[in-house]
Amino acid sequence: MDWLTTVDHKKIGILYMIAGGFFFLVGGLEAILIRVQLWKPLNNFVSADTYNELLTMHGTTMIFLAAMPLLFALMNAVIPLQIGARDVAFPFVNSLGFWTFLFGGILLNVSWFTGGAPDAGWTSYAPLAGTTYNGDHGVDYYVLGLQIAGIGTLIGGINFLVTIINMRAPGMTFMRMPMFTWAAFITSALILFAFPALAVGLAALMFDRLFDANFFDPSGGGNAVLWEHIFWIFGHPEVYILILPAFGVISEVISTFSRKRLFGYSSMVFATILIGFLGFMVWAHHMFTVGLGPVANALFSIATMLIAVPTGIKIFNWLFTMWGGSIKFTTANLFAVGFIPTFVMGGVTGVMLAAAPADFQYHDSYFVVAHFHYVIVGGLVLGIFSGLHYWWPKMFGRMLNETLGKLTFWTFFIGFHLTFFIQHFLGLLGMPRRIWTYLDGLGFNEMNMISTVGAFLMGFGTIFFLLNVVITAFKPQNAPADPWEDGRTLEWTIPSPPPEYNFAQTPLVRGYDAYWKEKTDGHKGMTPAEPIGPIHMPSPSILPFFMGFGLFIAGLGFMYAKDWGNLFGSFKSGYALGIVGLLILFGCMFLRSVIDDHGFHIEEEEILRDMGGKA
Amino acid sequence: MMKRWRFVKRLAPLMAMMVLVLAACGRSDLSTLNPQGPVAEEQFGLMKLAIGIMLIVIVAVFAISLFVIIRFRRRPGDKTIPKQVEGNHKLEIIWTVIPIIMLIILGVPTVQSVFNLAKDYSKDPEAVQVIVTSHQYWWEFEYPAYGIKTAQELIIPKGKTISITAKSADVLHSFWIPSLAGKIDTNPGANVNKMYFSAPKEGVYLGKCAELCGPSHGLMDFKVKSVDESSFDRWVAALKEPVALPSDPAIAKAFESKCLSCHAVGDLGGPAYPNLTGIGSRETVGGILVNTDDPQYSNEGSVYDNLHRWIKNPDEVKPGNQMGKIEDLTEQEIEGIAKYLSELKLNYEQ
Repeated sequence: MDWLTTVDHKKIGILYMIAGGFFFLVGGLEAILIRVQLWKPLNNFVSADTYNELLTMHGTTMIFLAAMPLLFALMNAVIPLQIGARDVAFPFVNSLGFWTFLFGGILLNVSWFTGGAPDAGWTSYAPLAGTTYNGDHGVDYYVLGLQIAGIGTLIGGINFLVTIINMRAPGMTFMRMPMFTWAAFITSALILFAFPALAVGLAALMFDRLFDANFFDPSGGGNAVLWEHIFWIFGHPEVYILILPAFGVISEVISTFSRKRLFGYSSMVFATILIGFLGFMVWAHHMFTVGLGPVANALFSIATMLIAVPTGIKIFNWLFTMWGGSIKFTTANLFAVGFIPTFVMGGVTGVMLAAAPADFQYHDSYFVVAHFHYVIVGGLVLGIFSGLHYWWPKMFGRMLNETLGKLTFWTFFIGFHLTFFIQHFLGLLGMPRRIWTYLDGLGFNEMNMISTVGAFLMGFGTIFFLLNVVITAFKPQNAPADPWEDGRTLEWTIPSPPPEYNFAQTPLVRGYDAYWKEKTDGHKGMTPAEPIGPIHMPSPSILPFFMGFGLFIAGLGFMYAKDWGNLFGSFKSGYALGIVGLLILFGCMFLRSVIDDHGFHIEEEEILRDMGGKA
Repeated sequence: MMKRWRFVKRLAPLMAMMVLVLAACGRSDLSTLNPQGPVAEEQFGLMKLAIGIMLIVIVAVFAISLFVIIRFRRRPGDKTIPKQVEGNHKLEIIWTVIPIIMLIILGVPTVQSVFNLAKDYSKDPEAVQVIVTSHQYWWEFEYPAYGIKTAQELIIPKGKTISITAKSADVLHSFWIPSLAGKIDTNPGANVNKMYFSAPKEGVYLGKCAELCGPSHGLMDFKVKSVDESSFDRWVAALKEPVALPSDPAIAKAFESKCLSCHAVGDLGGPAYPNLTGIGSRETVGGILVNTDDPQYSNEGSVYDNLHRWIKNPDEVKPGNQMGKIEDLTEQEIEGIAKYLSELKLNYEQ
C-alpha cells in the first residue's frame, strides 16, 4: 500500500526501476525469439504475423517501456540528491507520471492476450498501420498505450525541468551542476518539445483508426509521408532523450573512478546543449529514401554529420578525464569504460548513414539495425547498467556483488558485440531489416547464426545481473554514505539509503564537485546552509494510481466500442466503459483540487535521532 | 612526431587490406560491396570514403582508450590523488576542429553525389522508362513507351540508363537493387519518386523490398535481368504476342474462369495482379521460389514444381498474400495449370 501511494522520489525511482526492468525482460525475451527465428534460413519457429508482432513490440517496449523508465529511475533516484533538494518540484505529479507510464505499458502488452499485438513496426508507418491494412486491434493498443504512457513521460520531463531550475541548493549555479544533472536537464527539455509531437501524431492516428478520419490515408486524401515527418520530429530527439542521460552517467562514473574531475566541464555542458539542439534539426535523415529531393537530402545530411562534432568533444573529454587519473575498475566503471569505444563505433556508423547517397544503400538494411543497437544498447544500456551498479548502494544501502557484476559485464559486452557487429556486414551484403525469414544460399546463414549466439550471451549477462540483485537483497543494509570513497557530488554526503527528507540541512555548495571540494579542503562533510528544523513533507496519495487506472479503462473502452454491443438503445457499451474511465480520471482530478492537504512535518527530534543513529 | 608517422605508415597497409576485403564481399548479384553498375559504384565510393575516415576515428579512440586503461590503472593500495585538471583549451579546440575537417572531406562529395543521383531521366528519350508499382507482395513493371507490363522480373537492355518512376498501390514499400543502385521508397498517393540506374554487364541481379509492408515483407523479392539490346527488343515483341489457352479444354476452362479474372496472359485476362506472360522463362516463381533443375534448398525446384507449389497453397509460400488459396481448384486442374504455365516461355535470349 505504501508503494501505491508514495510520492517520495526515491521510492518512485525504485518503482520505475522495477517496472522498467520487468519490461526490459519482456523486450529482451521478444528479442531472443526474433533471433531464434532468424538463426537459420527459411525457419518456421514463429509465423510471419507473430514475427511482425514480436519486432514491433520489441522496439516499442525497449524504447518506451524499458529504456525511458530505467532512465527515469536513475533520474528520480539521483537528481534531487545531486542538487541538494528534498524532493522533486511536484511529488504528486511525479507519482502520476509513473502510474500513467505503468498503465500505458500494461495496456500495450494486454494486446498479446486479446488476439494480436501491434505489428506495423515501432514506427507504425501509415497506411500499413491504418485500418485498411490492419483491421484488428493491434495498432489501437499501440496508439492508446503509448498515448497514456507518453503523458507520464511528458509530465516527468516537466517536473525535472522545474526541479533543476528551482530547487538547487544554495551556491549550486548552473555551471556547478553535476554532469548527470545537466544531461537530465537537457533531456527534460527535449522531452518537453518532442513528446507533444508524438502526442499529436498518435492522436491523429487514433482519429484515423477509431473514428475513420483520413489524416494518413492517401485514398481519403491524407498523406502517408506526413506521419513519417510527425513521427520522426518526435523520434529523432527521442534518440537523444535516451542517450544524453547515459552520457551523464558515464561522466559521473568515469570521473569518480579515475579520482579526477571531469575534463573540460564547460565544453561538456556546451556539447550537451548543442547535441540537444541539433537533435531537433535532423529528423529527415530517417527519410532520405522517401523522396524529399536533393536540397532537403543535402541539408539534412550535413546537419546530421555536424552532431559528430559535439559528440566527439564528449568522447575525448572522457578519455582525457581518465588520462593521468587513477582508474579503478569496478563493475560500474567497466560498463562506463566499455561504453566509450562501443558508442564511438555506433557514432561513426551514424556519420556514415548521414551521407544520403550511401544511405540509399544502408537504409532499412541490417546495417541500420547494427547502427542503432550500437547506440542504444552499446550506449544506453551499458550506461544504465553502469549507473545502476554505481548508485545501487545509494538507492538500497547494499553493495552489489563485484564478481557477479564483472561476470555480467563480460558476458553482456561480448554477447553484444557478437550479436551486432556482424549485422553491419549482413546489411552491406544486402539483407533488409524487419524480415521474417531469408532464403538459403544468399550468404546470410553463418552471420545470422553468430548473431543469435550473441543474443543468448546477452541474455545470460542479464540473468547474472538479476541473480546479483536477488543475492544482494538478502545482505544487510550496511553500505556507507560514500561507498566508493571517491564520491564527488552531493548524493554521497548523506546516508545510504537516504532518509525520507534526504538532507537534514540543505548543504551550501562552494564549487564544482561540491563534496570533493569539501574533502580536499579537509572538511568532513558539507557546510549546512540552514539550521536544523522541522522539515515539511508532502502527503502520500492514492489518486495518481487511480488516475492511471482510469485512463487504462478509458483506452480499453473506446478501443472496443465498435465491436461490443449496445447499452440502452443505440449507445455502445464500449463508449460507456470509456466514459466511466474518464470519470474516474476527472473525479480524481476534482478530489485533488478540492481536498486541502498541507502535508506534514518531520520534527527536529526525529531528524536529530536519525543523525545520531547513523553518524 | 616521427613516431606518429611511423604509426600511420604501419596502419596504411592494414586499411588498404580492409578495403580489399570489403570490395570482394558477398554475392556479386546482391552485395552493396560488390557494385555492378555506375550508380552503385558511386555509392560504394562514398561508402569507402566514409569507412576510411571512420576507421581513422575508431583507431584513434581505441588507441587512446587502450593506452589510458593500461597506463593509468590504479595499483592496489594507491591512495594518491591525481592532479585535478580542469581542461585544456588547446586540446579541446583540436578535437573540435579535426572532426570538422573530416566532415568537410566527407560532406563535399556527399552533397555532389546527392545532386548527381537526383538527375531526372524521365524525359530523356535515350533512357528506358519504367513505371514501378509495388503491391503486397509483388512488383509490377510497366514500360509505357512499349505499352507492355510485366511482373517480378525487370528486363533491361544492358548499358542503357533505366529511368524509374516508383509508386505504390497499397502500403509503403521500398525498391532496392543492392548491387546496381540504392533504394527509393514507393509511396501511395501523389508522392511519386524517381531514380535511375544502369547495368553495363549482362546478368540477373537480386532486388528486394526494404520497407516493412506486412507479413511477407521479407519475401517480396524481384529480379533485374540485364540482356543485350537485341534480346531486349525480342522480349518486348514476344510479350505483345497473343498467347494460346491450354490445349486441354477442361484445364483451359478452369484457367479462364479461375485465373484470368485477376491475371493476364498475352492479351487475355485482367490486369489487377501479376501478368503471367512468359512466366515459364522467369528466374523464379513468386520472386522467391527459384527455378532450377538442380534444387539444393527448400525454396528451389523446377518451374513446374514451383508453380504447382504456389498454386496449391500460396499462403504457405508467402503468408498474407492477396491471392490466397483457390479452394475450388481440383488437384488435376492445379497440375494442368502449372504445366501450362511452366511451358509459357518467351524465347528472347539467343
